[in-house]
Amino acid sequence: MSFTNLVGIFLAAILTENYILVKFFGICPFLGVSKKLNTALGMSAAVTFVMVLATAVTWPIYTYLLVPNELDYLQTIVFILVIAGLVQLVEIVMKKYMPPLYNALGIYLPLITTNCAVLGVTMLVLDKGASDASFGYVASLVNAFGAGIGFLVAMIMFAGVRERLENCDIPKSLQGLPITLVAAALVACSFLGFSGIVDKLLV
Amino acid sequence: MSGILTAVVLVVAIGLIVGLVLAVASILMAVPVDEKAVAIEEQLPGANCGACGFSGCSGYAAALSKGEAKLGLCSVGGQAVADAIAPIIGADSVETIPQTAVVHCNGSDDNTSKGMRYQGIESCLAATQLYAGMGDCSYGCIGFGDCMKACEYNAITVCNGVAAVNSNLCRACGACVKACPKGLIRIEPKKPHAVVKCSNCDKGALTRKSCKVGCIGCMKCVKVCENGAVKVENFHAIIDPDKCTGCGKCAEGCPQSIIEMMFV
Repeated sequence: MSFTNLVGIFLAAILTENYILVKFFGICPFLGVSKKLNTALGMSAAVTFVMVLATAVTWPIYTYLLVPNELDYLQTIVFILVIAGLVQLVEIVMKKYMPPLYNALGIYLPLITTNCAVLGVTMLVLDKGASDASFGYVASLVNAFGAGIGFLVAMIMFAGVRERLENCDIPKSLQGLPITLVAAALVACSFLGFSGIVDKLLV
Repeated sequence: MSGILTAVVLVVAIGLIVGLVLAVASILMAVPVDEKAVAIEEQLPGANCGACGFSGCSGYAAALSKGEAKLGLCSVGGQAVADAIAPIIGADSVETIPQTAVVHCNGSDDNTSKGMRYQGIESCLAATQLYAGMGDCSYGCIGFGDCMKACEYNAITVCNGVAAVNSNLCRACGACVKACPKGLIRIEPKKPHAVVKCSNCDKGALTRKSCKVGCIGCMKCVKVCENGAVKVENFHAIIDPDKCTGCGKCAEGCPQSIIEMMFV
């Protein structure tokens, strides 16, 4: 796996395979935490961190524990278990050594436990590895990091859109969540424009 | 059968390992919790309004337990909360004067008129962006009720084009003070004192044209006050509620009748 390939994987995870706007994972934090720019940033940083860490742990578990024992059907349960444990561990460590960051992230940190984007990243990366033998551990980690950055990009873009929506005269029937979903759909459409751009790098 | 067995064993093993790691981590990395702060926070109302000057109830509780903050800053809880917290931090309770929000404008539709017709978003903040609002007086209450929307206790109503505070419902959290784009609302003690119901910074002649009950800055109240509580700044009178004794002499002498005696 060459360096160009890794860059391709990284960019693909951000743009063409954006886990929020293309694959529609993690819509809950996307809508819930994107109201303000600074909370969106904090949430994205935490998600990126947990995505990379979760992939770093679940990939070996799947490859060296589940597959040899023909237990790959257990991946959902095991992955949720591991991710939940990891998030708790991160929380404990953060509380001890990084209290300012812990206070800033607050409730978002435990929320990541149930974030399907994190589970999606760890599970979909295994499908890629199954179809392409060269897609190994390092590639999975790069993919997870890219997915996190993609989450960040989506959150920041949408936080900007929502801050502008605040000052708009919106018809009563569309106020609140409806107009937010319409805006989310339009932002997602814009990401269609990226499809096909990065695929060339991957070949 | 063995398939199920290995599956169960594997999941249980992973669960145990994760649990064990978490248990060890929580012991090794335990952060001492300030029990005093927790006890204080239970007494606080939990409104997280920030009226005390801290980020929220937990912030105030933490500062109290460390002795960095004074008792009685919680205007929402008032005397009851100050009394409840005093034994926890081992201090004597202080007497808190309940406070309330006061609107410093009396420009109702009867007293002033709208110079413009406004068809934009019905919010004071938005209306202020356009030529400082549609009223003749560019300093007065706009009347779309941004303060009313900000109030969590339903203490503010917009009545005849001007906001009015029901001081029985007001908890002095200060949300309306932040919400008013004209800065007309102040938090003042609930004791007998005089209030100037105008914030117009124009000269007297201009003020008179825009509003029937505007302060023209004639200084009569300043001269009549025995306690030095009144001053005129930017062509309107301001009364310091802490110095005011509520004698009412300024209200008697006011030619525009804009000084109102409150809580007498």
